[in-house]
Amino acid sequence: MRHGKLTPAALRKYGFVVSFLAVPVLLYVVFVVWQYIQAFQISFTNSRGISPNFDYVGFDNFTQLFQDDVFWAAVRHHVVLLLAMPLITIAIALFFSFLLNLGGGQRNGRMVGVRGSAFYKIVFFFPQVLAVAIVGVLFQAILRPDKAGVFNSALGAVGIQPVGWLIAPNLALWTIIGVMVWQAVGFYVVLFSAGMASIPKDVFEAASLDGAGRITLFFRITIPLLWDTLQVGWVYLGIAAFDGFALVQVLSVDRGGPDNATTVLPLEIWRNAFTYSKYGVASAMGVALFFMTLTFAVLTLRVTRRERIEF
Amino acid sequence: MPVAPSKAATAPRPRRRSIDVFSSLSHVALVIWAILVIFPIIWTFLASFKTNTELFGDNSLAMPQNFDWGSWGRAWDKAHIGLYMINTVKVVAVSTFLTMLFGSMAAYVLARYTFFGNRAVYLLFVSGLSFPVFLALAPLWLTMKNLGLLGTHTGLILVYVAYSLPFTVFFLTAFFRTLPSSVGEAAMMDGCSHTRTFFQIMLPMAKPGLISITIFNVIGQWNQYLLPIVLLPGDVQDKWLITQGIANISTNAGYEADWAGLFAALSMAIIPVLIIYIIFQRQIQSGLTAGATK
Repeated sequence: MRHGKLTPAALRKYGFVVSFLAVPVLLYVVFVVWQYIQAFQISFTNSRGISPNFDYVGFDNFTQLFQDDVFWAAVRHHVVLLLAMPLITIAIALFFSFLLNLGGGQRNGRMVGVRGSAFYKIVFFFPQVLAVAIVGVLFQAILRPDKAGVFNSALGAVGIQPVGWLIAPNLALWTIIGVMVWQAVGFYVVLFSAGMASIPKDVFEAASLDGAGRITLFFRITIPLLWDTLQVGWVYLGIAAFDGFALVQVLSVDRGGPDNATTVLPLEIWRNAFTYSKYGVASAMGVALFFMTLTFAVLTLRVTRRERIEF
Repeated sequence: MPVAPSKAATAPRPRRRSIDVFSSLSHVALVIWAILVIFPIIWTFLASFKTNTELFGDNSLAMPQNFDWGSWGRAWDKAHIGLYMINTVKVVAVSTFLTMLFGSMAAYVLARYTFFGNRAVYLLFVSGLSFPVFLALAPLWLTMKNLGLLGTHTGLILVYVAYSLPFTVFFLTAFFRTLPSSVGEAAMMDGCSHTRTFFQIMLPMAKPGLISITIFNVIGQWNQYLLPIVLLPGDVQDKWLITQGIANISTNAGYEADWAGLFAALSMAIIPVLIIYIIFQRQIQSGLTAGATK
């Protein structure tokens, strides 16, 4: 049938296939694929958007980028984000999901979580459903640098002087990372919990019977058996580390400040395109961002590859 | 060997104590994190009833003196939160519906039919997952302007649908492949058309997958900030969505100094999401993590 003549049935089949694919493929090609192709093209031009005329300038935009301090500041921030944010998030989430699923010891011969696990899972996950822009506005008030800030008020109660969470250049990026972690932890608690639930309980019970304490259980049993899920989490968080647009744009002082101390590439792309109308430079930054993300994804999958543990 | 009984006789005492210390410490950690999550949200809600003096006085943690809902009215009318909310509901409802319709149509055909180019189309969709949307930002803006779609909800909806398709198609293709083929084949034998088989047999069977991915898309599109601020610029303020509306009040709050209004607006954006989350938390959690476990 596949290679046969065009019978009425085959015609109907192809007609159906084409009719079902036409609209989605058209939408996707026009608004996504075509835009990505154009982005690579525009990155080699001096397009300023308003006039349709532009010239090809070769690698000018890229050489300009590589001499730009703001560009390198943004790249450095992505490196910090990439190293710190996934690590902190995964560490906290792993600890919590261990407590919530296995931390209660044995009850009726089964491993259980600590009391109130279901409640904690619901609470921890909630920030994940809030828009990042909303979270940014929320934390503006919480992190005000003076005594009126909620965080500083609470610290003041125990005698600590107000901290300039977002205005101290050395601290601002870490404050942003803290907010990212605040929002992300719940998602990974739920993700790792699902992973832990799929590990057969008797593995833990056997280890526990052999005298393994909770720490051994955590490092020698849980983490190796959860490796696939951890890897997925790492890739997700790594990709998130190349974003940060909404939070930095809304929360930081002067959009990426103080003095570019928190700026990220997506923010610079947006600024170059829509504040300075430098579409060529913006697209060149986009190309750089694309290759950075791609390198990260390929490297992660290579380095973290391990033999699968069958169970 | 008498090892087991002696262990049982001597070991439990120190061991149980260490477990108690461990579990009370772990409870402390869990409670602290729960407070860190809940407290900012409750504080924001209470702050909407405070005066500026209360907010910036000596004790910004105190309860408000009286519960005046005036700030909520101001946020709804003067700051247009009501309008932005309705706009967002409209845009997200239409674009999620279209994403699911087109996404499931494409995924079904790619999962269930052999034809020339199947693999190429599938890879074209999936490759979209590896490109950051920021790369497309400048050309997308220019294209939308040239098509006359800049500053319109139609344009934003088309873009939402297009950028939601890669993940939707990827996920649903995998899902349709797991469904048994016998039911659909039986329907076709009975003279059911391809289209009817899809809408009346296959879609109902795919319900669990469709629900997960619908939740994923609703939340993702509801929370979008980048695309609205780029595609619905300042000159079409009446078309704005909730996220850009709130971010805008917060940038202007310094001058207008209606802080209670800002917190009322924030609460209005958070509370509906909170209620829906509490009702559907199980589905939402599995919907959002579905992509990662697949």
